[in-house]
Amino acid sequence: MHDLLSLMIWLPIAAGVVVLLLGDGGIVAGRWIALVATLVTLLLAVPLLSGFDTSTAAMQFPEKLAWIPRFRAYYALGVDGISVPLIVLTAFMTVPVVIAGWSVIESRPAQYYAAFLIMEGLMIGVFAATDALLFYFFWEAMLIPMFLIIGIWGGPRRVYATIKFFLYTFLGSVFMLAALIYMYVKAGDYSIASLQALPLTLTEQRWIFLAFMLAFAVKVPMFPVHTWLPDAHVEAPTGGSVILAAIMLKMGGYGFLRFSLPVTPDASRELDLLVITLSLIAVIYIGFVALVQADMKKLIAYSSIAHMGFVTLGAFVLYEIVRSTGSITGAGMGLDGAMVQMVSHGLISGALFLCVGVLYDRVHSRQIADYGGVVNTMPVFAAFMVLFALANTGLPGTSGFVGEFLVIIASFRASFWYAALAAVTLILGAAYTLWMVKRVVFGPVTSPRVAALEDLNPREFIVLGALALAVLIVGVWPAPLLRIMQPTIHHLVSQAVATKL
Amino acid sequence: MPHLPAAVLSSTSLLPAMPEIWLVCAICAILLVGVFAGERRGGLTATLTLLALAVDAALTIGYGHVPQRTLLLHGMYVADDLAVVLKLAALLVVALGLLYSRAYVETRHILRGEYYVLSLTALLGILVLASAASLLTVYLGVELLALSVYAMVAFDRDSGIAAESAMKYFVLGAIASGALLYGMSLIYGLTGSLDLTAIAAKLRDPVHPGVILGLTFIVVAVAFKLGAVPFHMWLPDVYEGAPTSVTLFIGTAPKIGYFALALRLLAQGLAGTAAEWTQMLAALAVLTLVVGNVVALRQTNLKRMLAYSTIANVGFIVLGFVAGTPDGYAAALYYTLVYVLVALGSFGVILLSSRAGFEADKLDDYKGLHQRDPLLAATMLVLMFSTAGVPPFVGFWAKLRIFQVLWESGHLWLVVIAAAMSVVGAFYYLRVIKLMYFDAPAGDLPPSAPLAGARFALGCNAAAVLLLGVLPGPLLDLCARLIQ
Repeated sequence: MHDLLSLMIWLPIAAGVVVLLLGDGGIVAGRWIALVATLVTLLLAVPLLSGFDTSTAAMQFPEKLAWIPRFRAYYALGVDGISVPLIVLTAFMTVPVVIAGWSVIESRPAQYYAAFLIMEGLMIGVFAATDALLFYFFWEAMLIPMFLIIGIWGGPRRVYATIKFFLYTFLGSVFMLAALIYMYVKAGDYSIASLQALPLTLTEQRWIFLAFMLAFAVKVPMFPVHTWLPDAHVEAPTGGSVILAAIMLKMGGYGFLRFSLPVTPDASRELDLLVITLSLIAVIYIGFVALVQADMKKLIAYSSIAHMGFVTLGAFVLYEIVRSTGSITGAGMGLDGAMVQMVSHGLISGALFLCVGVLYDRVHSRQIADYGGVVNTMPVFAAFMVLFALANTGLPGTSGFVGEFLVIIASFRASFWYAALAAVTLILGAAYTLWMVKRVVFGPVTSPRVAALEDLNPREFIVLGALALAVLIVGVWPAPLLRIMQPTIHHLVSQAVATKL
Repeated sequence: MPHLPAAVLSSTSLLPAMPEIWLVCAICAILLVGVFAGERRGGLTATLTLLALAVDAALTIGYGHVPQRTLLLHGMYVADDLAVVLKLAALLVVALGLLYSRAYVETRHILRGEYYVLSLTALLGILVLASAASLLTVYLGVELLALSVYAMVAFDRDSGIAAESAMKYFVLGAIASGALLYGMSLIYGLTGSLDLTAIAAKLRDPVHPGVILGLTFIVVAVAFKLGAVPFHMWLPDVYEGAPTSVTLFIGTAPKIGYFALALRLLAQGLAGTAAEWTQMLAALAVLTLVVGNVVALRQTNLKRMLAYSTIANVGFIVLGFVAGTPDGYAAALYYTLVYVLVALGSFGVILLSSRAGFEADKLDDYKGLHQRDPLLAATMLVLMFSTAGVPPFVGFWAKLRIFQVLWESGHLWLVVIAAAMSVVGAFYYLRVIKLMYFDAPAGDLPPSAPLAGARFALGCNAAAVLLLGVLPGPLLDLCARLIQ
């Protein structure tokens, strides 16, 4: 199947347009179309995985069509070891979103499904684009459905949250665009490969690195440009939070791996302490901030920032490893960890937001104080929630452990202090997550509303069950995931430690 | 000049000017029809006008399209591919604009035959500008366009605010025309020629200080016509005060004419002083971007907000000229065409949202538009995201192209300022979307007009914005080819 990637991009978008045209009147059919489209997209991930050659770092499933001859920009797609896991994650996480909204979304359901379907296609496009202009096209277009999702179906302060979300990301992206155009003017085309091969002076690299970093740091989000995330998460509907946390944040990490390290290796080497410092601040300071949250969604949002700190730490610690050990052996481990952490955080944070959504649909409150003793009325739900919470704290056997463990080991090779500071998160993460679980799930039933709760319905059970399974599989047997990434990470390390000067 | 015909007024030598000749005839005929048909059968003049535009487009393709650049009428008139495309764009935009505003003018009793006749004389001015090859032709086009538009602004004679806008427009416009004429006379005095090609040939380094003086006046006039800061004062008042159908007219087709004005005068005639006028324009562009975007943030009237948005967009068009290269002019042309397409749709939405006795020009009138009229809201959503420069809409490519030519010509700071200002600009476009989609409808606003034809055209307008955004190649190529 040589147009597999195109199919994965355009099938959901086409389905989204159909659902939109059917309108709210045809929502019964629309829902099924949405479900079938997301399931088919997920099924398309099977040939993507089975046909993926794990022995090479080259772009696979390539597609190339002339798009804008004047700019020598192509509709060029391809995947390697760092995009395949994220594409599969995207296809996987959109299904629960569609199911979770099944009977919950009452206002303008057709547009709701259309927005998520179109966004799925655009997100896969971001990960699959091998032309920087096409990448940027998808990257920005994605903002539109998300802006509408938060603004239309969000909570009371949704307008503030969504405009803040849009302007923050737009600000970051515009400067990335300026940097891309600058490189285009020098390189003569927009293909990511030629940008990676483009020789740049250190001054140029520094500016380009900072422009990229602005875009990616906003998306990740890194301290101090993270403030849009808690607002956006709290106000977004459940589905929006899931996609935001599970996929959109990963685009920042993906950008660092796809652009910053290979395109500006010398600036990355020079400015790596900046990224590492900001990552450690995110891990520790935001961990403390999460501790005091009274709103479950806000707590998970801050926990996301802390966990994404591991991704950026893992990506940039490699220069410190080279500096302190003098060799690149083991330098890839941080990147391995960053990638696993991205996939794992996608699953866990998505699942936690779905859990909050389950409670919110019943009680219409996200305040921790409004709950207590949920386990008495919702035992099955409580089991899932505890599992995901433990995964969030990095319990061995869950996916959360693998990524954090790899990153901490890698930081240890770089410096004892990085590892020590990063490991603080294990304590903090356990503190804020388990304390929340204790207050929400355990203890005696505190209010009549909790006493009246009904346990998971089959729809919710399937969704959370599938996610629990995925979290456990990645946790127990991460080898296939690591094998897919291996050659690409290896290649990436060689690009990142090479010099362009 | 070998290509000048011996007999100036032979029939074949006039053929490329057929679009203008036909338009003059059509104007006379429609004026007479309007007088005899009277106000009762106003629909007749509208239909005839659209017909005349269609014929004109056919003539433009048939006769205006010449194998190579040709000069007619003693070098006063140039026929080239650029002129053809500009004319076709202007014809299309005027026709669509009339279609959008037809119901609006009918319900407001401003429909007299002269309304359409004035639109056509303004259009004639645009066509003349598109083909201008000498200072005189340029001035003729500018005045034809300006005088018609002054009258159109005042068309709603019982409206005090419209009369006030028209007066402001006229007085300030007259000053600008004076500046233009003064600058032209200096250039003429120092080069001894009215012909733009001849002027370009004579203006070689070192440039006479008098030329710079003349150039300054011309730049001021061009900036005024385009609405660049600090010569923008008329624009918000006129946009707000004029009947919306006239605002639509002013906001769209004349921009094509003024692009031609800037291109023919500065880039072609005064190419020898490019080093000077690019500096002047750079300062204007920065001011325009900052003032347009920042002031737009505070508006509560949609027409006025779109006026400041126009100013901000003019800043981008001027940036294309600042680059001072053929690529830069091509980028400015692309930006102009894209902007006109989007502005056409935006004002079309205002027109279709209005009803007799209800102007729909306050931002608050758009609260919950999505619930009242999904098609109009969706159209406006597309147009606003496009102007904000978000892919997959065509406005993104227009901005990208400007950034590109600025990088190529090494204007680092202009890139940074333009990038920052497009983020500021995004805010007020998002606000319109917020009102339409996130807010509940306010009270008992009348439903929008159920005009199938205009609504269909508006839908196509939005679809074109999306389609040109997904596949921008052909239009980009066309613009680049026209400027070479």
